[in-house]
Amino acid sequence: MEKFTTHSGVAAPLRRSNVDTDQIIPASYLKRVTRHGYEDALFSAWRKEDDFVLNQEPYKNATVLVAGPEFGTGSSREHAVWALSDYGFRAVISSSFADIFRGNSAKDGLVAAVVDQQVIESIWDYLDANPGAEVEVDLENQKITAGAIVEPFEIDPYVRWRLLEGLDEIGITERVQDEIDTYERARPAFKPVV
Amino acid sequence: MGKTLAEKVWEQHVVRSADDEPDLLYIDLHLVHEVTSPQAFDGLRTSGRKLRRPDLTMATEDHNVPTIDIDKPIADPVSAKQVETMRKNCEEFGVTLYSLGNTEQGIVHVVGPQMGLTQPGMTVVCGDSHTSTHGAFGALAFGIGTSEVEHVMATQTLWLKRPKTMAITVNGTLPEGVTSKDLILAVIAKIGTGGGQGYVLEYRGEAIEQLSMEARMTICNMSIEAGARAGMIAPDETTFEYLKDRPKAPQGAEWDEAVEAWRALVTDEDAVFDKEVIINADELTPFVTWGTNPGQGLPLGANVPSPEDFVDPSERLDVERSLEYMDLKPGMPLRDITVDTVFLGSCTNGRIEDLRSAADVLRGRTVADSVRMLVVPGSARVRLQAHEEGLDKVFEEAGAEWRHAGCSMCLAMNPDKLTPGERAASTSNRNFEGRQGPGGRTHLVSPQVAAATAVLGHLAAPADLEGELVSA
Ligand code: SF4
Repeated sequence: MEKFTTHSGVAAPLRRSNVDTDQIIPASYLKRVTRHGYEDALFSAWRKEDDFVLNQEPYKNATVLVAGPEFGTGSSREHAVWALSDYGFRAVISSSFADIFRGNSAKDGLVAAVVDQQVIESIWDYLDANPGAEVEVDLENQKITAGAIVEPFEIDPYVRWRLLEGLDEIGITERVQDEIDTYERARPAFKPVV
Repeated sequence: MGKTLAEKVWEQHVVRSADDEPDLLYIDLHLVHEVTSPQAFDGLRTSGRKLRRPDLTMATEDHNVPTIDIDKPIADPVSAKQVETMRKNCEEFGVTLYSLGNTEQGIVHVVGPQMGLTQPGMTVVCGDSHTSTHGAFGALAFGIGTSEVEHVMATQTLWLKRPKTMAITVNGTLPEGVTSKDLILAVIAKIGTGGGQGYVLEYRGEAIEQLSMEARMTICNMSIEAGARAGMIAPDETTFEYLKDRPKAPQGAEWDEAVEAWRALVTDEDAVFDKEVIINADELTPFVTWGTNPGQGLPLGANVPSPEDFVDPSERLDVERSLEYMDLKPGMPLRDITVDTVFLGSCTNGRIEDLRSAADVLRGRTVADSVRMLVVPGSARVRLQAHEEGLDKVFEEAGAEWRHAGCSMCLAMNPDKLTPGERAASTSNRNFEGRQGPGGRTHLVSPQVAAATAVLGHLAAPADLEGELVSA
């Protein structure tokens, strides 16, 4: 996984709440067996609408998404994170994320930054007034900068550490292999096997 | 202080717990399907890792598979490739796979319980958010992403942050004609699609205790629609009776030992939940959704809401968008909504009891000419059971299409899709925009409401049909 320290890029305001994973990437794109190449799938239904934010010139190359509450609800598909990353996004800012989506972003180097909805509203207003402006997501100092707006954001400390270090989680777990072996030996015999 | 059910199961699975890191939990059962696994198997191959416990891993084909002509090759080449990839992966890594045509094939969350693989006190994961279904047995069961799938494959563990706990206490008794689907839709409407975020829900109380295992699975299944990764119900006699003599249930002395351990899996009297919600079952009526998320639901007797009813500006905007997408006028009675399609199936409501209750409504009646009805059993075994009971005949005589097992129109990855603008009453769990096909419109309903709707051509409950229920 690529390390994430600070990222600064064009931010797109997505003024919608409850953006579910079927919206981020519809199931028809889930038939592929690869881990990359989903940029065309991102928000595919909405991208057919001319007025959709990512179809507007300054936002076509956006790398930071500023979305309404309950972002990423619905399915467990990690494809939603892959599609965002493949399109070029490095961070999503919202006032709340679905648990599975947030977990998945952490595995793929996409920062899911949580701030209050009022902060989201003020960043939206700032972006409307300054289309194409850049927003900085500073993971080291855990803060977001959008023009004069400087706000701390929330992220799980363990996730933050892994993102900063770019660590492979399976590798970390393999270091405690012995503990897994010990646990496994003590499991009750009545537990089923397939 | 006492412990909740979720805390007990959690603690029994902690492999490692240290400051400044999540707990490392052992996973008892890993369920796999074709959509979220190929990249994980690939990851193992690339890193030269083995699958640690093939004997705790089970795979089935469900999301992509066709529900007709299952003896022919899968027509869509991309779907065919995904299914083929899983067959190869399972063979290479030694995973038991129930393929199309096998009597154990079906939706992963229907197959696990019916084989007796899902048992109280287990940790169960799957690259699928509706893994919450298995919580009905008092298991801690939740959906995971593909990176986590790979992690479980390699280590049989997961790093997880201890969730908070929420009690959903349902007092009273569900009235006749009101099902566990209506109950869970009402719960989601009450707490919202984000209400359960960060929590494990425990459904408890009189009304829950009275439910069958299959009805409990419907409830736990939709926990994720309230934002909770997992929902649980304490195991009791109903649970043990359901499990006894299932192929993978413990036998003989091990059965007794297991039941003794399972009996301890109840929330202690003095345990404290982080949050509690109380629902009165006596007041519930059939519930349907009108919008584009599962929290946008109302009793069937209500009218389509107006954006003006909502004070919160972002919610108002949401409602406006939903109504526009659903093409509904504020104030119109929900019963006046006509549908083109009725879908009976999915891991929410594709089990034998669901088919029985819909068949009871349809027996001696016919599906309206304007409606196509698809009946898709949750597994090949459910289909066989339905044949034994003659339910297939009931559906076919009523004019419904009787299909083979799979996810089908629940998420439209196979040919069973809505066309743009088409409207469906569906027993599945998600009414998101385009979920059942691009531009399709979905109303979530119970199996009984689905059947009555099919007969009348508009959203309806069995009580709306003339005459008495014609029972077998
Ligand atoms: S039936 Fe629907 S919700 Fe259930 S596993 Fe299949 S696609 Fe997912």
